[in-house]
Amino acid sequence: MKIEFILNGETQTIDVHPARRLLDILREDFHLTAVKEGCGEGECGACVVLMDGKAVNSCLIPAGYLEGKSILTPEGFKETPRGQILEEAFIEAGAVQCGFCTPGFIMAAESLLNENPNPTNAQIREGLSGNLCRCTGYQMIFKAVRLAIEKGEGLW
Amino acid sequence: MVDAYRPKTLSEALKIRNETDCLPIAGGTDLMVQKARGTGLGPGFEKPLLFVGHLPELQRIEKKEGYIHIGPAVLLSELLHNPLIPDTFKKAVALMASPPSRNLATLGGNICNASPAGDTLPFLYAADAELLLENHAFERRMAIEDFITGPKQTDMKPDELLTDIIIPDMDFPVTYYKKVGQRRGMSLTKASFHGLADVLDGYVEDLRMAFGSVAPTVVRSRDIENSLIGESVNSLKNRYQEILELYEPLIQPIDDARSTAKYRKNVCFNMLKDFLNHLEKNQGDII
Ligand SMILES: Cc1cc2nc3c(=O)[nH]c(=O)nc-3n(C[C@H](O)[C@H](O)[C@H](O)COP(=O)(O)OP(=O)(O)OC[C@H]3O[C@@H](n4cnc5c(N)ncnc54)[C@H](O)[C@@H]3O)c2cc1C
Ligand code: FES
Ligand code: FES
Repeated sequence: MKIEFILNGETQTIDVHPARRLLDILREDFHLTAVKEGCGEGECGACVVLMDGKAVNSCLIPAGYLEGKSILTPEGFKETPRGQILEEAFIEAGAVQCGFCTPGFIMAAESLLNENPNPTNAQIREGLSGNLCRCTGYQMIFKAVRLAIEKGEGLW
Repeated sequence: MVDAYRPKTLSEALKIRNETDCLPIAGGTDLMVQKARGTGLGPGFEKPLLFVGHLPELQRIEKKEGYIHIGPAVLLSELLHNPLIPDTFKKAVALMASPPSRNLATLGGNICNASPAGDTLPFLYAADAELLLENHAFERRMAIEDFITGPKQTDMKPDELLTDIIIPDMDFPVTYYKKVGQRRGMSLTKASFHGLADVLDGYVEDLRMAFGSVAPTVVRSRDIENSLIGESVNSLKNRYQEILELYEPLIQPIDDARSTAKYRKNVCFNMLKDFLNHLEKNQGDII
């Protein structure tokens, strides 16, 4: 199936099986390997990207769904001012240990802050409740998001 | 074989449905997991896919003549943000899946998947929701409890699509929702309960109680409810044991990887008791 979509700001036309997962398209066809596969079942959030500005699990999206959508991966987001602030905040807060979950958390945090620039602690937890981390115990990650809100005043 | 269809309009989709044996897919959050084959392979579907999630005709939420109409392709995250959706329904939806999967999962997918653990279902049963099913030539409207015939089974014909979910626009002063699962985020439901009631001067004017995950389909008994309407709130509270016994034969949970039947049954009865106590307080939502 021929599909046209926007990937990190550039229009792409691909010809793939309609059930091919966005996760595999990104990692294997476009070599965008910041997106990780943890569970492949929508449970861990390691594969989260933004679709039209909102966090989605790329392991659950079949290629046929992508037509006309705009996808932002961690590679694309990293180049933006908000992406840089979130990245710095994660490093500064010690929110990264093995780092496998980090790209997914950063994309989920961006989606949360887009919707609610000033979340309470409970809303931060809820916004990141679709992402699992096996290393940090989460506190540092919540702290990183609060730090990003402070550092990035007015950006969201 | 054609691998997939991506029609531009609903009528085009119904024509394809009429002419080919295909599998509708909306958000894909059930199907992509059910048919997963692992990294790099992509899921394996036996039939060509019919993408329907993007169809504008299936994405509307509107109020018309005393009913709220919700398109089946409306996302769970959109339900949470729409002012026409009752707050008590939003409470159930907010506890489903996770923020990223709620940006994909649709209401119609949850209904058609017909899981006994489908978390939108107890509310829809309690609210007397009706469904519109269409093929290329006809439409039929039916109650949700007639559509869902068993676990993962529905009355959907191979040439039909679900095209509308219709809820009477009613305001219930007393609402109650509880879901019991492993943890708050993303857990599959072990047992859930949605209760709606109208209480006037201490007497119950309307009463709806629906249990999820504790039988092959959602449990709602209009007979039991009707036998209780008109009673005083106090008498219902005192007759709690008797009411449990009425529900006893209907609540048939199973032992599975998530929980035991005994635990599920206990939880159900506790939720029912809590709801009956809550009627007395008659003070809106608890969760
Ligand atoms: C991580 C994760 C967590 C989850 N948590 C929950 C939870 O807490 N509670 C819960 O209830 N569910 C949960 N689910 C299940 C799932 O997300 C929901 O059932 C969702 O609403 C399904 O919608 P969909 O659009 O993704 O369905 P799809 O996978 O696209 O479709 C599901 C079924 O519906 C059919 N279908 C869809 N639309 C139509 C239509 N218009 N006409 C005819 N047939 C149609 C499809 O053919 C298929 O059989 C979870 C899933 C995941 C992956
Ligand atoms: S790999 Fe997609 S959510 Fe785990
Ligand atoms: S840092 Fe290792 S999984 Fe989160």
